[in-house]
Amino acid sequence: MGKPTGFKEFPRQERAYKPAAVRVTGYDEFMIPLGEEVIREQGARCMDCGIPFCHNGCPVNNIIPEWNDLVYTGDWEQASQVLHSTNNFPEFTGRICPAPCEAACTLNLTDEPVTIKTIECAIVDRAWEQGWMEPQVPKRLSGKRVAVVGAGPAGMACAQQLARAGHSVVVFEKNAKMGGLLRYGIPDFKLNKELINRRMSQMQAEGVEFRPNSHVGYNVLPERLLLKFDAIALTGGSEQPRDLDVPGRELDGVHFAMDFLTQQNRRNSGEPLGNVEEILATGKHVIVLGGGDTGADCVGTSSRQGAASITQMEIMPLPPEKEDKGTTWPNWPIKQRASSSHEEGCVREWAGATTVLEGKDGRVTTLKGVRMDWSNGKPEPVKGSEFEFKADLVLLAMGFVNPVHESMLDDFGVQYDGRGNVEAASDGENAYKTSVDRVFTAGDMRRGQSLVVWAIREGRQCARAVDEFLMGSSELPTQ
Amino acid sequence: MSQPVWPQAPGLPLKQGLYDPKNEHDNCGLGFIADIKNRKSHDIIRQGLQILINLDHRGAVGADPLAGDGAGILIQVPDTLYREECVKLGFELPAVGDYAVGMVFLPQAEKALSACLKAFEEIIPEEGQKILGWRDLPVDNTCLGESVKPIEPMIRQIFIGRGESCTDTDAFERKLFIIRKRVHHQVWDADLSDLNHFYIPSLSSRTVVYKGMMLGHNVDVYFKDLADERCMSALALVHQRFSTNTFPSWSLAQPFRYLCHNGEINTVRGNINWMQARRHNMSSEILGDDLEKLWPLIGDGSSDSSTFDNALELLLAGGYSLAHAMMIMIPEAWSGNPLMDDERRAFYEYHAALMEPWDGPAAMAFTDGRQIGATLDRNGLRPARFIVTDDDKVIVGSEVGALRIPESKIVKKWRLQPGKMLLIDLEEGRIVRDAELKETLAKAKPYQKWLDETQIHLGDLPEEVSPMTADKKTILARQQAFGYTQEDIKFYITPMATDGQDPLGSMGSDIPPAVLSDRSKMLSSYFKQNFAQVTNPPIDPIREESVMSLVSLIGPRPNLLDLETGGKHMRLEVQQPILSNVELEKIRRIENKVDHAFVTYTLDTCYLAIEGAQGMEAALDQLCQKAQQVVLEGHNILILSDRGVNADRVPLPALLATAAVHHHLIREGLRTEVGLVVETGEARQVHDFCLLAGYGAEAINPHLVFGSISHLRHNLPEVLSEEEAHGRYIKAVCKGILKVMSKMGISTYQSYCGAQIFDAVGLSSAFIDRYFTGTASSIEGIGLAEIAAETMARHANAYGTAPIYRDALDVGGELAYRTRGEEHIWTSETISALQHCVRSGDYQGFKTFSSLVNNHDKKLKNLRGLFSFTPGKSIPIDEVEPASEIVKRFATGAMSFGSISWEAHTTIAMAMNRLGGKSNTGEGGEEAIRFKPMENGDSMRSAIKQVASGRFGVTTEYLVNADDIQIKMAQGAKPGEGGQLPGYKVDEWIGRVRHSTPGVGLISPPPHHDIYSIEDLAQLIHDLKNVNPKARVSVKLVSEVGVGTVAAGVSKAHADHVTISGADGGTGASPITSIMHAGSPWEIGLAETHQTLVLNKLRGRIAVQVDGGLRTGRDVVIGALLGADEFGFATGALVAEGCIMMRKCHLNTCPAGVATQDPELRKRFTGKPEHVVNFFMFIAEEVRELMAELGYRSISEMIGRSERLQKSEAINHWKSKGLDFTGLLTTPPTEPGVAIFNSESQDHGLQKALDHMLIEKSKDALENGTPVVIEADILNVNRSVGAMLSGRIAERHGHTGLKDDTIHLKFTGTAGQSFGAWAAHGVTLELIGDSNDYVGKGLSGGKIIIYPSPDSPVIAEDNIIVGNTVLYGAIAGECYFRGIAGERFAVRNSGARVVVEGVGDHGCEYMTGGCVVILGSTGRNFAAGMSGGIAYVLDEDGDFEKHCNLAQVELERFIDDPKHVTEDDLTDMTRFDAQRLRAMIETHLDKTGSNRAREILADWKNKVAKFVKVMPVDFRRALEDIKKGAA
Repeated sequence: MGKPTGFKEFPRQERAYKPAAVRVTGYDEFMIPLGEEVIREQGARCMDCGIPFCHNGCPVNNIIPEWNDLVYTGDWEQASQVLHSTNNFPEFTGRICPAPCEAACTLNLTDEPVTIKTIECAIVDRAWEQGWMEPQVPKRLSGKRVAVVGAGPAGMACAQQLARAGHSVVVFEKNAKMGGLLRYGIPDFKLNKELINRRMSQMQAEGVEFRPNSHVGYNVLPERLLLKFDAIALTGGSEQPRDLDVPGRELDGVHFAMDFLTQQNRRNSGEPLGNVEEILATGKHVIVLGGGDTGADCVGTSSRQGAASITQMEIMPLPPEKEDKGTTWPNWPIKQRASSSHEEGCVREWAGATTVLEGKDGRVTTLKGVRMDWSNGKPEPVKGSEFEFKADLVLLAMGFVNPVHESMLDDFGVQYDGRGNVEAASDGENAYKTSVDRVFTAGDMRRGQSLVVWAIREGRQCARAVDEFLMGSSELPTQ
Repeated sequence: MSQPVWPQAPGLPLKQGLYDPKNEHDNCGLGFIADIKNRKSHDIIRQGLQILINLDHRGAVGADPLAGDGAGILIQVPDTLYREECVKLGFELPAVGDYAVGMVFLPQAEKALSACLKAFEEIIPEEGQKILGWRDLPVDNTCLGESVKPIEPMIRQIFIGRGESCTDTDAFERKLFIIRKRVHHQVWDADLSDLNHFYIPSLSSRTVVYKGMMLGHNVDVYFKDLADERCMSALALVHQRFSTNTFPSWSLAQPFRYLCHNGEINTVRGNINWMQARRHNMSSEILGDDLEKLWPLIGDGSSDSSTFDNALELLLAGGYSLAHAMMIMIPEAWSGNPLMDDERRAFYEYHAALMEPWDGPAAMAFTDGRQIGATLDRNGLRPARFIVTDDDKVIVGSEVGALRIPESKIVKKWRLQPGKMLLIDLEEGRIVRDAELKETLAKAKPYQKWLDETQIHLGDLPEEVSPMTADKKTILARQQAFGYTQEDIKFYITPMATDGQDPLGSMGSDIPPAVLSDRSKMLSSYFKQNFAQVTNPPIDPIREESVMSLVSLIGPRPNLLDLETGGKHMRLEVQQPILSNVELEKIRRIENKVDHAFVTYTLDTCYLAIEGAQGMEAALDQLCQKAQQVVLEGHNILILSDRGVNADRVPLPALLATAAVHHHLIREGLRTEVGLVVETGEARQVHDFCLLAGYGAEAINPHLVFGSISHLRHNLPEVLSEEEAHGRYIKAVCKGILKVMSKMGISTYQSYCGAQIFDAVGLSSAFIDRYFTGTASSIEGIGLAEIAAETMARHANAYGTAPIYRDALDVGGELAYRTRGEEHIWTSETISALQHCVRSGDYQGFKTFSSLVNNHDKKLKNLRGLFSFTPGKSIPIDEVEPASEIVKRFATGAMSFGSISWEAHTTIAMAMNRLGGKSNTGEGGEEAIRFKPMENGDSMRSAIKQVASGRFGVTTEYLVNADDIQIKMAQGAKPGEGGQLPGYKVDEWIGRVRHSTPGVGLISPPPHHDIYSIEDLAQLIHDLKNVNPKARVSVKLVSEVGVGTVAAGVSKAHADHVTISGADGGTGASPITSIMHAGSPWEIGLAETHQTLVLNKLRGRIAVQVDGGLRTGRDVVIGALLGADEFGFATGALVAEGCIMMRKCHLNTCPAGVATQDPELRKRFTGKPEHVVNFFMFIAEEVRELMAELGYRSISEMIGRSERLQKSEAINHWKSKGLDFTGLLTTPPTEPGVAIFNSESQDHGLQKALDHMLIEKSKDALENGTPVVIEADILNVNRSVGAMLSGRIAERHGHTGLKDDTIHLKFTGTAGQSFGAWAAHGVTLELIGDSNDYVGKGLSGGKIIIYPSPDSPVIAEDNIIVGNTVLYGAIAGECYFRGIAGERFAVRNSGARVVVEGVGDHGCEYMTGGCVVILGSTGRNFAAGMSGGIAYVLDEDGDFEKHCNLAQVELERFIDDPKHVTEDDLTDMTRFDAQRLRAMIETHLDKTGSNRAREILADWKNKVAKFVKVMPVDFRRALEDIKKGAA
C-alpha cells in the first residue's frame, strides 16, 4: 500500500496563494492548485497507519489513507468514490475546513502532516472536471415526504442523504439562495459560490426540491409543515451573535460581522442587499473584535474594500507559537495561526478587552480598551494598560450564542438545552430527535456554532435517524 | 452410528471447569534389551529394569513422591514361572504357544468384578477357546504412593488354552484380540459403576505386560513375579512415563500390548475419525466375520499412544507384519526425497492411499514377542541410541549409558536415524538392518506396477475447459455475499497474488473475538488454530521442507486390510490441494478420462434466500442426505460448490457445509468411499483453507479469489499474466498451509486433512457436536441460528440497496482501524488519552483512559468485558497494600533490542528497575554494559533474560545476570512459529549483541531444538538452573485449549514460573494468519491453567503470570481473580513511551522511533522512563481502588478467587448471550493446606550435581586463576556437567572468563545430557567414553574433547560418540569429537570451532558463525538455514551435494596451499581454507588421537581436494562488505 518510505522521501508541500497584492484586488479564489504529480507524491507520504488518527480527527471520519493511496496509484475515480462515501461536499471542506485531520496526522508529530485537505480538494475538483459526479437517483421511492429547514451544509447533507434513500425532500430556506453560511458568511475569495450551485443541480437531479425565500415561522407555518410532511429536520444555524456589552455599543459604525460579510457576498453575486444600511470598510479604520475565522474573514473583506487600517483584537492572550505535542496531539492544538487574510495586512492585538466605544455625531470614532491578565485562568484587567484605537468601523466577530428562538423554534415548541440550542442527542435511539414528535434537528442549531464539516456529519447522521424513523431500519451509513 | 463415548482412563478426574482430561499429554523415556539369539534369562529382565531406573530423570514425580507417572515392562511369557505356579493353583498349562496369559486389571467392587469375570467366562468359550484358570498376581503394594493406593486395581492373570479352531499361534493371537475386544465391549456396555479399573494390559500367548503407577525402581518390588529367578525372557521392553498431570492412571502406564512410545501423535483426532470412516469399505480375508466384532476399533484408552497401539493391533491381526504395519503408520519422508530408491518410494506411495500417517514426534519400540524393534518418525524428533555387545545383546534406550556395559564388550554404538527402523528377529537370531528390512518389504509386491496401473496424477490429465474469466458485473456482489472486505483485497489477496507469500503484519490483535463482534463474521473466525508447545515441537516448513508434503489423494480409499489386490483400486493424486479452475474442471469431467474409475458429482451448497436464516438447518440436512445418496449411487468424488450464489440463492458457509458432509459420511461409515472437493467463494485467507482441510476437504478451489485476482490484475504493483497471478496466489496459500500444519508439528497434508487441529471460541457445544464433532470449545456461544443470520446479512449487503455497498466492499477494519469497521481497543482516543496522562502525570487523565478501555457495556471487546465483580464488604483504601508493592508483580513483555530501538528498550528497562518490576530482554541478548548500574542510579539491566529458540546472545554471562530466565515456548502473536531478522536489520550494533555477523540474516527456528518434549524442557530448566541457581526459570506458553495440562507438566518439570500469554499479544512481525487466528484469549488459558494446577496440587510451587493485552487496573484484578500471581504488559508500556500502533514494525518505518533502527527515525523517540513509571503506578493505584471495593488487602488474598467474578447480567448482546462462563469461573475444589497461589519453591535437585565437587576443587582457579586438573567418573545420570562451574566463572569474570585450560576436567564414562552446557572460557572438559544429547549447548568459550576409551573395540569413526543437537546456540569455544554425532549437529552455532567425524541429518542448521569440520559423511539437509560461519566436509563419495540444502549456501573446493599464514590471517573466513583446515585437523589429532585425522594428514595433498567448503552466500557478501568498509 502506498509507499512505506514516502514520508521520508517527499517533503510536505501545500497549495500556494497568489501574492497578497494581487489577491486583494478582487474576490476570486486565490489558492493555486498543485500539479497532478505533486499531489500523487503528497499522497505517497501517507503511511497507512495502523490507527489512522486523521480518521477520528476528521468529524466526518473521512477514510483518508484509502484515498491517499488511490491518488498515489492514480486511481482518482475510485478515490472520489471513497471520499464521497463519508463526505457529501468535499469541495467545501477541501477549501475552508481548518483540517483537524491534519492536526491529527501521525506526521504532525513532527509538524509535517500529509496535505490531506489539498488532496481532498484535488480529488473532488477532478471528479467534477472529469464528469464523474453523476446524480445518484434512488431506485425506488419510499413515498415519504421530508421537510428540511435551513439550506446550510447540515441541511444540504441531510437532504441529499434522504433523497438518495428514496424520500421526497423539500428544502426550505429563508434566503434567496441555498447554502446558508457557506453562501452568505464565507467570503467568495475562500469559496467560489458556483461550487454550491453545482451541488444543488446534482441534488435537484436526485429529487431534492429547493424552496428559497421560505422563512419558516414567518411565511411558512410550522403546523403546515407538520401536516404536509412525514418528518421535519431543522438544520438552521446558530445565528444569534454574541453582543458587546459596553457603553457606546449603540453608535453607528458598530456592526455584527455577519451583517458585514453577507452584504459583500450579495454584492458580488448581484443579489439586492434589501432594505438595509450598507456597511463598507472603504477608507476606514476598521477594528475587528474577535480573533477567530469570522474575524479573519472580516479582515480579508475589509482589505478588499480598501480599509485605511485594520486591527483585529482578541480577548485571549497570544497562544504559544508551538504546541506541546506530547499532551495535545492528535487533538486540535491551541497555537499561533495566521490566515491568508492576516497576510494581506492587519494588526493583531491580544488579551485586549473593549471598555468603551466613543463616537462623534453618533458615529463611532474610538475604541478604548484594557489588557487582560489570564495568568490565573480568569481574565483580570491590568492596571495602567489602558489603550485606545481609532475606529470608524467596529465589527463584532465574537461568535454566536445559540439559534434564534423566536418564531420557528418557539412555534414548533422544541425544548432547548442549557446553552439554548435545540435539544437532541447525537447517538442512541433518540439521535437527532427533538422533543417534538417527527421533528429532528442537526447542525449548529443542535450543537451550537461549529465547523462546516461538523454540519455535514450531523446532516448525514440526522438523515439516517429520519430514515430509520420513517422506514423502521436504514441502510444509510451511520458515519 | 456415532463414535461411541469410551470410558476414560481410570484415575483421571472428570472434565470440570476448563479442565478436560482429553488434553493430557505424556512423554517419556523408553528402552529395551534383547538377546539376539532368543536366549531367555532372568538377567534380561533385571537389566531391563535397570534401564528403567537409569532413565528415572526422564520421568516425573508429582505432588506425591512415591507416585510416579507410571512405569512398566513387557516380556516374553515366562513359561517356567507360570507353569510351576499354575500347578500350585491346580491347573496345568499346555505347551508353550498353546496357551495365552492375560494380565487383567479388575475392579475391587464385587458386583463390577463378577460382571468382568462373567464376560471372560462367556466370551472365551463362544470364541472356541478354553479357560484354563485364574491366577491372583502376587504384589506388594507397600511401595505405592498414597495417592495411588485407593485406585490400585485387583490384578489377576487369566490363562487361556488354544482351541481347535485356531490352527496356529497367529490364528490364536487373532482370536485373543477378538476376545479382548469383546470382553472390553461387554463390560463397558454393561454400564456398571466402579468399572473404571477394568482394563486388560495384555492378552497373548507370546508376551505379557507388567505395568502400573509405581516408580521405575519399584516395578519389581510391586510385581513379585519380576523378582523371581524363574521369570525369564529374551527381551524386556521398558517405559518410564512423564505425564502433564499428577492423576494416577494405571491403564495409561506403558508399555501397551505391542509397543511403547516416546512422543506424541499430533494428528490422533483425525486418525481416529479416519479409522471410523473406513468401516463401510473395510473387509479382511483373514479376519472374515470377526472383523465386525472389533468395532468400534479405536479407543480403549485415552492417550494417543494407546490409540496407536489399537490401530497397530488391527493391522497385525489383518495380516501385516510388525515392520510393515509400522512403516504404514509412520512412513519415512518419501515424497521428493532424492536419496530414496524407487522401489521403496513406490512402497510408501502405494501405502499412502491406504492410510494417512500417524504424524508427530515418535520413538516407538515394539515387539510381538518374536521380533523386537524400534523406529523413529520422519523428523527424528526423539532420541534413541543403541549398542550391540559381543555376547549378542542389543540395548536400545532414549539415552546411552542407561545400562553400564564395559566398553570392551561393546561392538557397535549407533543411534536410530529419522524414519529408520531397527529390527531384531529373535527367531532368526539376527539384527535386520533398516536397508535390508525395507528392501525386502518393498520388493514383496509389485508396488510400482500397481501404482502405474492405478495412479492418476491430476496434472497428467488433459485440459478441456479454459479458465473462466471473471464477470465484472457481478463480482462485487459475489464478493459481498461471501463477506469480502477491502482488507481481504488489500492485505491478503493482492500481496499473495503478487509476492506468493502469506503476508506479514505487526503488533497484536485488539479486536473483539468474533462472538462479541457486532459485525457479521465469517464462520472461520470462530476457530483458532492449535499449535505445539512443550509436549511436541513445531517444524520449520521452509528449512526442513524435505519432511513436508502437501500431496493429497482425492477419492475413495482402498480397503486397508486388502493385502493382495493392490493393482485394482484407482487413485487420484494432486501435488497440492489448491486447485486452479482448470484443474477443478478436470475433476468435474474426469469420468470418461479414466474409464469410469471416478465419477464426480457436484452438489450445490446454495439454498433459496427466501427460506431465510431459519432455512439453513434444513438446507444442511438435505445436503448431507443428498451426499449420502449420491455416494451410495456410486459417485466417488463430491464437489461441494457454491458457484450458484445469486440474488435468490444464499451459499451455506462452505466450512459448515464441508464439515457437516464430512462428519455425516464418517458417521455413516461412508467417508472413505468418496473424495471431498470444495469449490467455494468463501476461502481466501490461509486460515480458511486450513479449516476446510481440517474438516475434511481433500482439495479446494477458491473460485472467487481467482475471479477477484483476474479483476484486479491490472492494478497489481507488477504486471502479471492471469495464470501467473493465480499461480502465485496458490503458492502463497500452500506455503501458508505448510506453516499452519507445521505449527502443530504435522508434516503431511494427508494427516492434517480431517485432523481438526482447532479450538472453537464462541460456538455452542450443540452446534459443535453436530457439525464439528470432536472440536474443543470452552465458553459455549452462538449456534446455527446466529451463524445463519450472519450469512443472511452478507447476502443482504450483496444484493440489497445499501448505498455504502453499492460501489464498494465493506471496509473490514480488522487489521487497521476504519470508520464503519471492526471495533478496536487501541484507538486514537485511547492512545492519546494514555499518552497525555502519563506525560503529564495526571491520574484523573488515566481514569479517563481506563474508563474508555473498560467501557465494556457498550462495546464488548473481550471476554472480561462481560464480567462483573461480585460485590463484597469494602474496606478503606489505606488498608490496601501500597502501589509500590503491587508494581513489583508487574513485568514488561519480551521485546528484543532489534525489534525495538535502543532508546525504546532501555527506557522500559530503566522504568521497571525504578519500580522494582521486571523488564525482559526479548530474544537478542543484552550488552554487558547494561549489567552495571548507571551513574545516576538508574539501571538498564533487564531483570528477565529470555532464552528463545534462536539463542542469540545467550551466553553464560547473560544467564548469570538474570533474576528470571524465561524460556519462550511460544509467542502470543505467532505461537509455534520461528522468526527471522533480515540481514539489512542486523547492523554492527545488533550483530555484536547477538554475537553474529552484521549484514547476515538471523533465523529463530520454530522449535527449541533441545525441547521436543516435556522431559526435554525439564532438562533445559535443569541446565539453566545449574548456570544460575539464583534465578527463577520461567516458561512462556500461549493460551489454547489444553494449556493448563501443559502448564502442569511445566510445573512438574520444575519451572519456577509460567507465563500464560493471550493470543492478542503483540509482535514485531508475524504472518497475519497467526496474529489473527492462532491461540485463545488469556482469560481461557489462565483459568484453565490455574484450575489444572490446583487440581494437581502443583499450584503452590509455581508462579503464574498472565500477559497479552492487559491495560488497566480492572484487567489486573480480573487476572488475579482468575489465578495470576504476576502480570505482564507489552503494548501498554510501548504506548506509554510513544508507540502509536502504526503496525509498521516489520517495515522499519516506525515514525515514533520505537520499532525502528533507522537513526533518523530513532531521533523521533520522545519516551522517558517516568512515562512508563507513571503508567504502572496508575494501574497499581486503580488496582488498589478495586481491591478496596472488593475487600482485599493484598493481591495474594485475591488470587484464584474466581467466585468473585460473574457474567454481567446487564449485557444483552445478540451473539454474546449464548456464552457460558461456568467453566471459566469454576473455582477448583481444594483440600485444606493445598496452596492456590505461589507460596512454595521447586526442588531442583541441584544438590546432586557433580559440579559442586568441581567448584570446590576449582576454588583457587576461580579466585586466582591457578590451573587445576580434576579427574572423575561420569554416568548418564550426571547431567549438565560443567554448567554450574561455568556460571561461577561468568559471575566473576564475565564472558571473557579464565585463561585457556585453567580448569581441566577429565572424565571417564558416559556423560548425561547437556555435557559441557554453557561451558565458559577457561574450562576444558575432556571425556573418555561417550555422551548423550546436547553436548556443548550454549558453549561460551570452553573446550570439549571426547574420544572413546582405549579399551573399546569399536572403530571410532564408524560409531556414535555424541548424541543429538550438539552445540546448539554455541557462542564460542572449541570441540573435538572422535566419532560421529547425531542429528542437528551445531544447530544455530554462532562461533564455536569444531571437529567431528560424521554427523546426522540437519547438520549446521541455522548456523550463523563459527567453523565446523566434518571428517566424514553427513545426513540429509545439511546447512539448511545456514546464514553464517563455514563448514568443511570430507566428501569421499562425492555425493555431498545431494545431502546439502543449497538454498542459502554455495559449495566450494580448494587445494592445498603451502603458504604460511598467521593466526590473524585465519580469521578471514573467505581465504586460507587449506591452512585453517589443516590446523584444526592437527589439533583434533593431538587432542583425541583420531585415526581418521592421522590418515588425512598423512595423505594431505589428495585428501584436501576431497573437502568441500560450505559457504553461506549471505555470509560471504557480509564479510566482503566488512572488508570493503575497513579498507
